[in-house]
Amino acid sequence: MNLEDWYRQDRLPHIYCAGCGNGTILNCTLRAVEELDFKKEETTFVSGIGCSSRASGYTSSDSLHTTHGRALAFATGLKLVKPRQHVIVFTGDGDCSAIGGNHFIHACRRNIDITVICMNNNIYGMTGGQGSPCTPYGAISTTTPYGMQEQPFDLCKLAEAAGANYVARWTSFHVKELTEAIRIGLETPGLSFIEVMAQCPTSFGSKNKMRQVTQMIDMFRENAVLKVKADRDAAKGIQLSPEKFVVGQFVRRKNPPLGVEAAK
Amino acid sequence: MTDKTDFLNGNVACAEGALAAGCRFFAGYPITPSTEVAERMAVRLPKIGGTFIQMEDELASAAAIIGGSWAGARTMTATSGPGFSLMMENIGYAAFTETPIVIVNVQRGGPSTGQPTMAAQGDMLQCRYGSHGDYSVIALSPSSVQEMYDLTVKAFNLADRFRTPVFLMTDETIGHMREKITLHSNVEIVPRRELKEGELPCAPDENGVPGFGTFGMGHNVHITGLTHNEKGYPATDSAEIHEKLVRRQVRKIEDFRNEITDVDIVNPDAELVFISYGAPTRTVRQLIADVPDTYGHLNLRIVWPFPDESLLAFKNAKAFIIPEMNLGQIAKEVRQHTNIPIVVVPKLGGALHTPAELLKAVEIAKTVKKPVTEVCL
Repeated sequence: MNLEDWYRQDRLPHIYCAGCGNGTILNCTLRAVEELDFKKEETTFVSGIGCSSRASGYTSSDSLHTTHGRALAFATGLKLVKPRQHVIVFTGDGDCSAIGGNHFIHACRRNIDITVICMNNNIYGMTGGQGSPCTPYGAISTTTPYGMQEQPFDLCKLAEAAGANYVARWTSFHVKELTEAIRIGLETPGLSFIEVMAQCPTSFGSKNKMRQVTQMIDMFRENAVLKVKADRDAAKGIQLSPEKFVVGQFVRRKNPPLGVEAAK
Repeated sequence: MTDKTDFLNGNVACAEGALAAGCRFFAGYPITPSTEVAERMAVRLPKIGGTFIQMEDELASAAAIIGGSWAGARTMTATSGPGFSLMMENIGYAAFTETPIVIVNVQRGGPSTGQPTMAAQGDMLQCRYGSHGDYSVIALSPSSVQEMYDLTVKAFNLADRFRTPVFLMTDETIGHMREKITLHSNVEIVPRRELKEGELPCAPDENGVPGFGTFGMGHNVHITGLTHNEKGYPATDSAEIHEKLVRRQVRKIEDFRNEITDVDIVNPDAELVFISYGAPTRTVRQLIADVPDTYGHLNLRIVWPFPDESLLAFKNAKAFIIPEMNLGQIAKEVRQHTNIPIVVVPKLGGALHTPAELLKAVEIAKTVKKPVTEVCL
């Protein structure tokens, strides 16, 4: 089966704004699924609410577009009843870590065999650009008009600490690395969490002096620091400057997973 | 195999009924006085190839059983008032996505955390109207341990037949009382109708119910809580599609209320008629045993859709007497369907109505006059 077959063609074009990073992430996900030669009847996409979560509607196998923040709880039920199913969850930074925060940490703790792809655009896109738990300190949104005064979540650290077997972060600029990470995540038993920094020129960029898509992509390229380099710098006592963020694979381990057929 | 007799409490009987009906996935969160349902499922399910999971909260529990249902299993959760409130978001999702699930509410005193160990019937209207938007539900109300078993089986069959959340609206008294019960070796199972090839996943059949596109069967369905067309695709800006969808989903239950209905009618010629469901039914039955052939009795094993036509069975009724462990929630529904005087006998705090209290209500009922009178003791 080729990549196009994984798209629900009669639903295209999608509703994403021009320049949105979510389409790239969906493409990388389906590329990884296609590389692994998954069968449609063994693959299920689940999502919550928000821009990220519309992605499940564009995939051509069974898909469940659920309530805000609760995709992982729905996916847990699905996976436990049908352990043979590959379950892939699309979520956003708000969906995953605000309203869905409790479900997220418990899905990681259970280490249930699900692959979670978090499209982190640092803002609530679908409701028109409000601050999220991942909005950077000082960034402008419609609910932080004087600059965000709270510290953002590091979702990868959270997933790792809570017990996920595989944790990685990339951006919509790093399409090859992202596809590879999703593929590894799908192959790793237990919970795989892949955070993807996604550009949102419409809601985030326009308020934070990055109205052009290229400005946001350039920002990802310039500020993403590979984990190996970040670790090397840290050993030398060099601190990461606040605008930089680490990308790469944070953990890949074999803690006992839940919802794997052999374990049932 | 032969039927087995046992001596169980209502919550355990409920779990056993679910297992007999083929329930193979239970997700729940502990809450008094429902927890014995979960505890029994935790012991029994793994031994018969099923799965029990204790989720992080009630929102997750309702979500997980919906996910499990789409994976093809008969699924259930059990809770009490505060947890029931938390489930309301996903109950609406289940209604709108036409997902068969069974939710048991062992009611306790409310509002808020109220009286965790005392019985009540205060969630009857929340069950019907608690989620947002227009939808219809099916709710059963057992008044004995045997009915906890039998109606749980029935709940699964109704959920699959109508593709809707079905509720077992019981209470602490029935959940915790122990009675002799017959566990049937064979129970009737009504399967959900699988989506046929070429059939659209959200297009209704002649009963108004679409075929079920079980995940993993090659249907490639998209299920969403957004307003959707017959393909299952979002169609949120069409007034026509939204209205047609919501009306069809309400009608698929309301139009079949006479098929769903489940009541006991005693002494239909009586002038004074008790209407009850759940624990108060037991006091009414005691009173009728004490003075046979005196009073009529309508026992509702089903409360939603409300079996309004059963009121017509009492042709000589001069008053309906309605004991409830709330301030008259189902009495409000009865009022909508009759102009016969109503005596509401509310009781809060957890104790059952006494026969003496019902006799006091009878004295009042003898004096109430039309046009429409409503007396609250």
